[in-house]
Amino acid sequence: MNELLRLSALELGRKIQTGEVSAAEAARASLDKINGSELGAYITVSEDWAMTQAAAVQAKISEGALQSPLAGVPAAIKDNICTLDVKTTCASKILGDFHPPYNATAVDRMAQAGAVVLGKTNMDEFAMGSTSETSYYGPTRNPWNRGHVPGGSSGGSAAAVANGEAFYALGSDTGGSVRNPASFCGVTGMKPTYGTVSRYGLIAYASSLDQIGVLARTAEDCAGVLDTITGHDVRDSTSLNIPADGLLAGLTGDVRGLKIGLPAECFGDGLEKEVGDHVLAAAAVLKSLGAETETFSLPLTAYAVPAYYLIACAEASSNLSRFDGVKYGFRAEGCTDMADLHKKTRSQGFGREVQKRIMLGTFALSTGYYDAYYKKAQQARAAISGAYHAAFEKYDLIVCPVFPDTAPALGEALTDPLKTYLSDIYTVSVNLAGLPGISVPCGFDEKGLPIGTQIIGKALDDGRVLNAAHAYQQATDYHKAMPTEGGAQA
Amino acid sequence: MKITEEMVDYISELSRLELGSEDRARMAGELESVINYVELLNALDTAGIEPMSHVLQVKNVLRPDEVQPSLDRELLLKEAPERDAESFVVPKTVE
Repeated sequence: MNELLRLSALELGRKIQTGEVSAAEAARASLDKINGSELGAYITVSEDWAMTQAAAVQAKISEGALQSPLAGVPAAIKDNICTLDVKTTCASKILGDFHPPYNATAVDRMAQAGAVVLGKTNMDEFAMGSTSETSYYGPTRNPWNRGHVPGGSSGGSAAAVANGEAFYALGSDTGGSVRNPASFCGVTGMKPTYGTVSRYGLIAYASSLDQIGVLARTAEDCAGVLDTITGHDVRDSTSLNIPADGLLAGLTGDVRGLKIGLPAECFGDGLEKEVGDHVLAAAAVLKSLGAETETFSLPLTAYAVPAYYLIACAEASSNLSRFDGVKYGFRAEGCTDMADLHKKTRSQGFGREVQKRIMLGTFALSTGYYDAYYKKAQQARAAISGAYHAAFEKYDLIVCPVFPDTAPALGEALTDPLKTYLSDIYTVSVNLAGLPGISVPCGFDEKGLPIGTQIIGKALDDGRVLNAAHAYQQATDYHKAMPTEGGAQA
Repeated sequence: MKITEEMVDYISELSRLELGSEDRARMAGELESVINYVELLNALDTAGIEPMSHVLQVKNVLRPDEVQPSLDRELLLKEAPERDAESFVVPKTVE
């Protein structure tokens, strides 16, 4: 592998600023890696656009007009985030060759900072899944073992970053869709506090839970990217109007005196021992660096998954009503009237999992069932949020697993859909409560598959979450491992 | 709760989806398994808890009422499966 591809995004950015490497060289190296890859990490590779951006960005850097630490660094964007120059599919047949009439705000901000976008990454259709197998364009494979999934729904973004096919990537996280694939692929994945990154141009799954996040090699890279894309946006009324940057500058690597809580409920039944042991070992590293760790009880954990699926599916059933075969994308043939047009288009255009979630959400919102299901889930959400608020009165951070096991084999998750839903237990509450959470590589299991540790903070404490991850990465090397061509550890 | 194929028909009608006969049975089974599982929430006492629709306490976000250009019509129409010069085209809706 081209040694350039082993650099972190910020390391590459520095070499580009000093003129040691050109933006075009970096883009070429990434594109060559993508073209030789069989992972299926990308739905669309935009080679011409990438080289055009690289030339334009290089000209500005050479003039001294662009000094962003990530200028010229090749990046990927999950295919549910709108890009004016490249088709955006949401990994669904129903969007077909949709070319959005605008960029997402996060994409505009990346462009202003001199990002070179390589293409759009694969994902579960409409971000509904945790394996990236429900994509209409076929599954992405795990770079550490081609017989396993990369996680999801931002599986293409995670696989691309792990395999040297992008230096960082945008993803989205509704119930774990950044953190889960980050853990399966051995990269760092940050879901920031709800409202910090504009959702304008992110194709909605569940609006009260969706948040754009970052997948990268290091916590430092995540901080650098978030400094670029965070900030108030008048086009997203849930976007917070608060000071937005300084995450990278705030990384001290000092965790002395931090109080870290380990929820007993996240280390019990259902957790693979190897995963639990690695996560506890990661907490012990933070302790050795001067943090205090303590096990505590985080109540209501068992209710997070049912509350999440009811709320997410209810919101999805409403959000996905916009796909009607009229304004964009796929339209079924031979329709006699409007109802027929809607039904045929949606039945032929949406995959099975998406149809199931729309139906589940429609059921939960329907007359006679609303109070017993949707309202009950919203009440559980309030209670779960409250439990986190109470925990953060005692602790600065919470450390727990990301997923009960390492990456399942391809096809395995599809055979038991309910079990797959249950496996989201450690990630969904962070979305229900709107908190920041990061997945940090913390080792490998016996099969050689990566394991991630999750660090969760209180709302708007993204800096502290990133700093703890950064401190851990200063003391360990797991985040530096990269898979070999055949899919094993190098 | 038992999810019958008749319920699946009703929910798919509300969802503007149409399932084939094989899919109806399978969907009934899958929905039933998820719905029975989420009924776990019934064990949680939620009396007196306000339902939470959103994590942020942001309400009535206003902006100055300034005239700004809309997106270009041609740019919006060009993605439509069927269109004419200035509108989307759909099957006849009024007799």
